[in-house]
Amino acid sequence: MARNQGNQPAAGKHVVVMVATRKGAWFYHGNETRETWRCDGPHFLGHIINHVVLDPRDRRTLLAAAKTGHLGPTVFRSTDFGRTWKEAARPPAFATAADGNGRAVDHTFWLTPGHPDEADVWYAGTSPQGLFRSTDGGISWAQFSSINDDPQVRKWMGTVQDGTPDGPKLHSIIVDPRDPNHLLLAMSGGGVHESVDGGRTFRLAIDGLEVVEGMDAGDPTFHDPHCVRMCPSKPDRLYQQNHCGIYRVDRPSTQWRRIGRNMPKDVGDIGFPMVVHPRDADTAWVFPMDGTSVWPRTSPDGKPAVYGTRDGGESWQRLAGGLPASDAWWTVKRQAMTADGLDPVGLYFGTTSGELWLSRDEGARWECIAQHLPEIYAVEVAELP
Amino acid sequence: MKVLIPSALRSYTESPHAEAAGDTLADVLVELERHYPGIRFRMIDEQNRIRPHIRFFINGTQARELTQALRPTDELVIVQALSGG
Repeated sequence: MARNQGNQPAAGKHVVVMVATRKGAWFYHGNETRETWRCDGPHFLGHIINHVVLDPRDRRTLLAAAKTGHLGPTVFRSTDFGRTWKEAARPPAFATAADGNGRAVDHTFWLTPGHPDEADVWYAGTSPQGLFRSTDGGISWAQFSSINDDPQVRKWMGTVQDGTPDGPKLHSIIVDPRDPNHLLLAMSGGGVHESVDGGRTFRLAIDGLEVVEGMDAGDPTFHDPHCVRMCPSKPDRLYQQNHCGIYRVDRPSTQWRRIGRNMPKDVGDIGFPMVVHPRDADTAWVFPMDGTSVWPRTSPDGKPAVYGTRDGGESWQRLAGGLPASDAWWTVKRQAMTADGLDPVGLYFGTTSGELWLSRDEGARWECIAQHLPEIYAVEVAELP
Repeated sequence: MKVLIPSALRSYTESPHAEAAGDTLADVLVELERHYPGIRFRMIDEQNRIRPHIRFFINGTQARELTQALRPTDELVIVQALSGG
């Protein structure tokens, strides 16, 4: 699978992998060749950490979406790579309803840094579905009423009972690198939505996506996009791992095409994460899970594998070198798989059973970086000078 | 009045005890927020509802409403209720 031979990251760079878990956060600092790793953690031991993201614009501001079993949700911020943390002065929260029956943020689920030209702008997606924006580097957050309070969108969001087991979520917030006003987001449930005016208005982007048998694909309520990614090298191309398959769309078309049909039939195209290559829009990776019968959402037949495409989803290759050959019933959540920007690209995923895995050669060969962590919710990677 | 702070909230108070005044439970929580910014939202959501795993006891009796009246001699105990493993 790997087209690049050798292991030659950019001179002087090292990577840090940020692992968010149900019981805290851990950072793994890799050397220049990604062969040795230093563990920094736990941070926030016992806290439920849904996402930790480094600001790529300054490479020093970290945001962590946190709550605990008892305490309400908040966001913590560090500007010294986790040596010290300070809580947001105004974490994401919905407006207080006059009748007291308004929604309350259960947890912040997703964090996305803003456009490179908009320093200190961040976006957050919450459970239940809400979109929030910060213009001061994550210190204070304000909600987007165009999504959060729109009656039609609220209807599409459904209720807590309609969402994923640990709450319906707004996720996959994408900022077009060409235009800070071009935003995409996804809701589980509620479909994919797009704005070209900085979030003042949103329109649906669900053409061609399938829904569970017997339901109306024209109703966004029934759409469950698990993870949407925009190709950095070709922002007109989007990939999506959906509850009902793997898709791709190439703008200006609005029609998603189910490229997961090209996956092996005995593996299927169900899963949570979607990862795209930083420089090659034809290359992407998924982590298939069993979507049959009662939807176990574990590696099919207990044989975990990443599947990669080099031709935009026309064909897929199994990438399982170094992974257990059998009896490994893994689940990888939608935020728990990612890629670095080195050459060859490093791939990383974390399992709900607390293992962190790395491939230094774009998926051809895998090795375990860490075991015995709590349930892994999210894995992000950043390159540091 | 005396307020007993649970371990989960001591990152705010840096102490198991705090002092706060107010005629109602809501008032006392506002006072705590004034001294320890951020602490109220961890216990009370944006709709002014007590979060599911937070409990308040006044002199040993559970207070279920923020409108609960208080006297200066009362003791408020904030408890983190069971929330699973």
